[in-house]
Amino acid sequence: MTEFIKRLLKTPQGAIGTFLVVLVLAIVVFGPMVAPYDPEKLSPLARYKGPSMMYWLGTDQYGRDIFSRLLIGARATVVMAVLATIAGTLIGALIGTASAFLGGRADELIMRTIDAVMSIPSLLFALLVVNLLGSSTVNALVAVAIAFAPGMARITRSVALSVRKQDYVNAAIARGESSAYIIRREMLPNVIAPIIVEMTIRVSFAVMLFATLSFLGLGAQPPAAEWGLMVSEARRYMHLSAGILIWPSVAIAIVAVGFNLLGDGLRDALNPRT
Amino acid sequence: MIVYTLLVVSLIVFAITQILPADAAVMMLGENATPEALDALRQTMGLDAPIWQQYATWLWHVVQGDLGTSLRTGQPVGPAMFEALGRSLLLALFSIGLMLVLAIPLGIIAAIRRGKIADMVVSLVSYAGVALPEFVTATIAVLLFADWMKWLPPTGYVPLTDNFLDGISHLVLPVCVISIILIAHVSRMVRSELVDVLHTDYIRAARLKGLSRGHVLRRHALRNALLPTITIVALDVGYLLGGVIVVEEIFAIPGIGRQLIVAIQARDLPAIQAGVLIMAATYSIVNFIADILYAWLDKRIQYD
Repeated sequence: MTEFIKRLLKTPQGAIGTFLVVLVLAIVVFGPMVAPYDPEKLSPLARYKGPSMMYWLGTDQYGRDIFSRLLIGARATVVMAVLATIAGTLIGALIGTASAFLGGRADELIMRTIDAVMSIPSLLFALLVVNLLGSSTVNALVAVAIAFAPGMARITRSVALSVRKQDYVNAAIARGESSAYIIRREMLPNVIAPIIVEMTIRVSFAVMLFATLSFLGLGAQPPAAEWGLMVSEARRYMHLSAGILIWPSVAIAIVAVGFNLLGDGLRDALNPRT
Repeated sequence: MIVYTLLVVSLIVFAITQILPADAAVMMLGENATPEALDALRQTMGLDAPIWQQYATWLWHVVQGDLGTSLRTGQPVGPAMFEALGRSLLLALFSIGLMLVLAIPLGIIAAIRRGKIADMVVSLVSYAGVALPEFVTATIAVLLFADWMKWLPPTGYVPLTDNFLDGISHLVLPVCVISIILIAHVSRMVRSELVDVLHTDYIRAARLKGLSRGHVLRRHALRNALLPTITIVALDVGYLLGGVIVVEEIFAIPGIGRQLIVAIQARDLPAIQAGVLIMAATYSIVNFIADILYAWLDKRIQYD
């Protein structure tokens, strides 16, 4: 494990990605404790303030402290994205493994159906699901999870199939190992790695999808400090103060780049060959 | 294949619109309609029939080219949707064109100069490109180029046939915003494919044979490296169609994405069904063409 972490931190992507993701997770855990102001406290006299010692990143259209809102909004934005990605991955992995295991006609039918579902853009799919369930944060989570499941199913299936054909699996069969041993010791470690890489990269897509849903008014509702919603609300006031728009955008970008880099770093660290 | 895809999509779309808490009859007659009037309308619209029968009727009409009547406007959905699709396709084609012009050279430069500064700059750009959702880049672009510099109009749509220059100037920002994520994605793919190809034995053989670097790159490496790009671009069309929804909403372009948002907000079931079906069909047809093109260009692959 320590050797793996060393390998991960040796590449620039891995090191920067790990740093950014740890930073974001620290904000998720400790952000609300260290936030200097109440994120929903209105101060009509301190609107559109630029960055200062008092308000580190300035204030928004209602005089709310942007820094505090970002710190507290991290939970709504990042935790939801991670949960949705994990849920989508689990559903997808289940379908993908089942499809690879069943093989033949069933496999063909499942994969064709998944192709069909994937022909609906995931944003549109999420929009339909949220509209169906009603706009709220939890429903947005369900929508993103469902939108991610087909893609993950496809990846899991192809990985499982290619691993099954590897020489080391055949060697284990020839050695007379039990199926349980082969699945546990030979196949699983090799199937999980690419899925974790894909999952890490998808967290950044999930963050963006959530933000987009909130932007379209179908995710978090005001006055929540969700970052996508902050950008959306800032649009009307951006002429008065660009900071309201820029800071939550920077926050979204940090999360997206962080998870992307970490995913690439993990991929390199898990494949010592390349 | 396409037929099966569209059948599954039609089932999903129909199922979702059936569970939607919207009663078409109530929507058309208003909240104060008498129960008798509602029942009569349901009967004429076939809403009292069993679900599977409604689905069969709807599907039969769709196959004949009748996508239904909008509950919001009372106009046929089909012509309005296809007109909107045309505007969206214009946007999509410009975006794909811009993407190809930029992403392929960027990917090639990064691959040949692997590990050098040019490679790092390209990867940096590609990471930055996937870092922001379209609505954020769009908003920032409007703030920068329309509000501050006043170079381009902030929103709106002018048909190219009315006023070509004005139409183009309205398209610049939306097209750039949509292409950013595509450029980032495709340039990375081109780079990794080309890096893989450059390490194969046949490339080394060609170099050892005494062929020049440029000749090997053009005649041997690029031909093989750029083939998978076709599939990637086709798969990215799904992403593109999603991006079009947001970008059209922000720039007030009356394309199919905007139509869909309006339809979803108004719970206009026939319009939702038609819009989703058209989007899925576009995606499937593009991917079908990509598969054929791929097989045609790469003789090793044969489809039945």
